[in-house]
Amino acid sequence: MSDEIKIKVSNLNFYYGKMQALKNINIDIMDKKITALIGPSGCGKSTLIRIFNRMCDLVIGAKAEGSVIFDGENILNSSIDIVKLRQKIGMVFQKPNPFPKTIFQNIAYGLEINGCKDKSFIKFKVEETLKKAALWEDVKDRLNDSALGLSGGQQQRLCIARALAVEAQVILFDEPCASLDPISTAKIEELILELQNNYAIIIVTHNMQQASRVSDYTAFMYLGDLIEFGSTNQIFTVPKNPKTEEYLSGKFG
Amino acid sequence: MKNKIIQQFFFSLITISALITALFLLIIIFFIFKNGFNAISWEFITSVPKNGMTAGGVSPAIIGSFCLVAAAILFSLPLGLACAVYLQEYSPKNYIVDIVKTGVSNLASVPSVVFGLFGLAVFVKFFGFGVSILSGGLTLAILVLPNIITTSQEALSAVPYSFREASLALGATQWQTIRKVVLPAALPGILTGIILSIGRAAGETAPIMFTAAVFYKKGRPDSIMSEVMALPYHIYALMTEGVNPEKQTVIAYGCALILLVLVAVLSSLAVFIRNKYRSSYER
Repeated sequence: MSDEIKIKVSNLNFYYGKMQALKNINIDIMDKKITALIGPSGCGKSTLIRIFNRMCDLVIGAKAEGSVIFDGENILNSSIDIVKLRQKIGMVFQKPNPFPKTIFQNIAYGLEINGCKDKSFIKFKVEETLKKAALWEDVKDRLNDSALGLSGGQQQRLCIARALAVEAQVILFDEPCASLDPISTAKIEELILELQNNYAIIIVTHNMQQASRVSDYTAFMYLGDLIEFGSTNQIFTVPKNPKTEEYLSGKFG
Repeated sequence: MKNKIIQQFFFSLITISALITALFLLIIIFFIFKNGFNAISWEFITSVPKNGMTAGGVSPAIIGSFCLVAAAILFSLPLGLACAVYLQEYSPKNYIVDIVKTGVSNLASVPSVVFGLFGLAVFVKFFGFGVSILSGGLTLAILVLPNIITTSQEALSAVPYSFREASLALGATQWQTIRKVVLPAALPGILTGIILSIGRAAGETAPIMFTAAVFYKKGRPDSIMSEVMALPYHIYALMTEGVNPEKQTVIAYGCALILLVLVAVLSSLAVFIRNKYRSSYER
């Protein structure tokens, strides 16, 4: 059991133009643990994980203050190498979004854009990451088929494999099961639990059961504030803040 | 009951209107075939005009049209694609974009004869390219540019945002994302635009009248500075000049048939590619 802090967020404020989306957020993301972010729509949880890989930069007028320390550096600094950052902190999106390329190419893409030309290494990596993502047995005979021919759950696992291939250390999941059926969801959850042995994982979810099933820590956010953060067990059994309790019991959200 | 009858009446009206529209096309095709079919032969396609345009074939016009279209696409594709990528992927939201967009859509509605005069003034005279494939190709390129830009832009915008997001999240730069993910995904749509532009460029008379086409030229063009014969202009010339209208008319219909078949083949190719493209995204 390691208790190493992977990402340390201190006094983080975030604005979309004049609108403040995150208010003075302080949170520690632990390595080899799963942290769930919950809260009603618009509470800022998706914004928060998009800060970790600086995808928030894509929105015009976005501005962040405070510090987010990862690997000893404040990733909010403009001097940070975003390419390296995004390789170390991978992301899996709400809707499976494989490229309209073959299964093989989907995983090779991340390696190739970094200038990797070693064919045998790429081949090795494709197999390794597909195995890690529990997809190898499903696709090993059709690596050169289009990734769009896979089922939703398989596509999502391919997207996870794609993030693993570029040597991610942290994986951000933005409602990864929102568009999947219960069986595929169960498989993804199983995979996430397995991945936590080697990665720090942050998962945004609207599904309370999912948060309680998979996560070690849970953060409850509301209107840009981090209301409560603690072990999942504590949050779900004895929440300290009345707002958290109201949300968990379905009084709003 | 009354409402139902009114509905029936208007639906019939709409159906008849639609049928009449389709009928025009059928009539045109029928007449071109009827009048032009007899002119078509192997000799017609492969040999040069003889006896003052009253006999022989139209091969220089086919070759000339081919050269003009190739030049037009060669010039317009890189420029149009770059413009589409700028508008769709890079452009900041400011007034320059609005100016470019307005410019592109207005360019599309400029009458083609105006392009011809423009080509004459700028390419033929000002740049001194003379009446040549180069001048005609450039003029046609400007004519089809809005086509290329609009279809390319549509193709780019049809590429789901999630592909871009996925690529950027893996650490790709915006340029890598455009080149390796967005453009390949948009390629079938871009191809459609190119093919439709080929059809348009092949069929236009006015833009090449003063810039590239001549009534008669023996043999193949030897450089892009050569003047050429072209199918649409050849039809125009056969119907307005010469001494033997009866024989010339038949040849003109033959040319029209070749042109029609050419454009029809290209258009159906475009539709085929677009359909294939659509089905690959709909899941």
